[in-house]
Amino acid sequence: MDALVVKNLYKNYGEIVALDGINFTVRDGEIFGLIGPNGAGKTTTLRIISTLLSISSGEIKVFGKDVATESNEVRKIISYLPEDAGAYKNLTGRAYLDFIASFFADGEARREMVRYGMEVADLGDRIDSKVETYSKGMMRRLLIARAIMAKPKFAILDEVTSGLDVVNAFEIREIIQKIAKSGVSILLSSHNMFEVEYLCDRVALIDHGKVVLEGTPAGLKQRYGANNIEEVFTKAVSP
Amino acid sequence: MNHLYNLIKKEVKELLTPASVLPIVVMALVFASLGNLTGTAISESQESSATLAVINLDPTAENDSYAAFAIEVMAAYNVTLVYNGTSASEIEDALQAMKDQGAAALLIFDENFTTSINAGEKAAIQVYWNMKGTGLFDSLSSAPVYNTLNVISSAITMELIDGQDSIVDAANATAPLVTYSNTILGDKEMIGIDPMTVSGLLDSQNMMMPILIMIIIVMVGGIIISSMGMEKENKTLETLLTLPVNRTTIVAGKLIGSASVGLVFGLIYMVGMAYYMQGFNLASADYDLAQYGLSLDLLDWAILALMMFMAILCALGLCMILGAFAKNYKAAQSLTLPISFLAMVPMFIVMFTDFNTLPLFLQVLVFAIPFSHPMMGMNNLMFDNTPLVYGGMVYLTVFTLATIFITVRLYKSDILLTGFRFKKDGSAMSLMKGLRRSRKV
Repeated sequence: MDALVVKNLYKNYGEIVALDGINFTVRDGEIFGLIGPNGAGKTTTLRIISTLLSISSGEIKVFGKDVATESNEVRKIISYLPEDAGAYKNLTGRAYLDFIASFFADGEARREMVRYGMEVADLGDRIDSKVETYSKGMMRRLLIARAIMAKPKFAILDEVTSGLDVVNAFEIREIIQKIAKSGVSILLSSHNMFEVEYLCDRVALIDHGKVVLEGTPAGLKQRYGANNIEEVFTKAVSP
Repeated sequence: MNHLYNLIKKEVKELLTPASVLPIVVMALVFASLGNLTGTAISESQESSATLAVINLDPTAENDSYAAFAIEVMAAYNVTLVYNGTSASEIEDALQAMKDQGAAALLIFDENFTTSINAGEKAAIQVYWNMKGTGLFDSLSSAPVYNTLNVISSAITMELIDGQDSIVDAANATAPLVTYSNTILGDKEMIGIDPMTVSGLLDSQNMMMPILIMIIIVMVGGIIISSMGMEKENKTLETLLTLPVNRTTIVAGKLIGSASVGLVFGLIYMVGMAYYMQGFNLASADYDLAQYGLSLDLLDWAILALMMFMAILCALGLCMILGAFAKNYKAAQSLTLPISFLAMVPMFIVMFTDFNTLPLFLQVLVFAIPFSHPMMGMNNLMFDNTPLVYGGMVYLTVFTLATIFITVRLYKSDILLTGFRFKKDGSAMSLMKGLRRSRKV
């Protein structure tokens, strides 16, 4: 079964058309990248799949569950990490993970979930420091741990390495690859074309609310005779 | 010069926004209305002659009776009499006439009125005051009655001085009357106390409760709106909304958590305010409200606490609706202003006047603002004004449920994340249109 199927997805805000009939599919176990210029509709797409925004028309299914009519069921199997997300600043990292775990499990299962989250976050003793004292890199590790500790079937990551330094971004990518190897399907959006090429099995380019390109990084490079995805991107969106 | 002008222009433009100007204008209007209300109440009390009921129990022949003389003086002083009786058995009827026709008081001239004056002693008048409300301004209506009593006293003094042979005691001749006051307020009859003293005794709660409720509402409102602004800014709200928990539970959790904190804050403030207000009550230490039946039992306190909790819930519901439109922490701060107004308007009104003596439009306004009910709850419970108490509680319940319903709808809609959107032509997309889009989530 496909992890995600998006069919004829439209999203309007009054007279403004944000998504103009988007179609794409994410296969089970793959990392799928959404790329596109600012305002193309990437975050809107991710928010709709995450059940945060309504669908104007079209259909989205996550592992066969309809986002519009079975949103509670969808939320049990997905995990969404927004761009520049934060955590509750007065909590420690451990308390934050425990707060989130409380929505998924009780008792030993909950404690096990927190232990796994702490292992992924790998923050050492700082896991017991208040979140407000964390650097951006530490915060992102904590949030990725939060996103995957409940072992979702489908993870949605929006600009996951945005604003991070080289070392932190590298470590986060390593974590994402590990998550994917553990069987989690991942949909991510990024402006970093090298990251997309490095991580993603397949890529879709969104422009003006439409998918204008879809394929493997290697296939797209070949189609455009480009050396990298950045060049593909530039050629595809240039008038 | 141009640099300075540009900088000043920029500052003025940033500071003079509708959000900053509107509160000032509204506050000015509130103060102007209150000033107008005060001025009217004071001038009415100073200018108008009294409307009274009278019972003359003095059996002395009319020509020799000082009581009859006093009643003649009252007529000359343009006092309107709604009842003029001569028998003790008429007191109930006179009291009824006084209430029905809105007279300020019933004066009962003692049966020994003339005899006492002739004996060089003080003559007694029993005064039943018709107190219309417990507000600060309501006791002003007693001024024309005091004026009338002073006129009677002066007239009798002059009469005594004219017939010098009857003067026995100069002190009594210059102050020939002694009055015994009883105050009637609604169904309560308070023996041995006048309206000014009652009003003075009630001042502490008239001041304390509205201020307290206003502080709590503004405080918890600020807390929850800021918290929503922070949640949006940090995107923790998005995380929360993608967890496997329904939106009603999220809204209920936020509301009950914040309301409980608000109630605890309220109780702490209440203790502090009670001690603060005690300092102003030392002069009235001789009186105890409980002896006049003006006290609250355990059930009354429970009702009052419940009203306060419900008002906090209403405030939080309103704040969550407003908070849904806050894009970040800074924007959230300015959204507390409407809540502050809603808390301040009834606070000022309830502090100075009584709901029952307000004009109809103000009664409707005060009733419609949910925070008014706990503000005036203590007085209403003391004076057994049960329709207003229970009507208020029903209204608070309906209001709370309505705000929770709207909040849950907002949490299910796009508005929470996308804010209030505008059409290309600049007109606002209606809130209801946005809410109608809310999904089954």
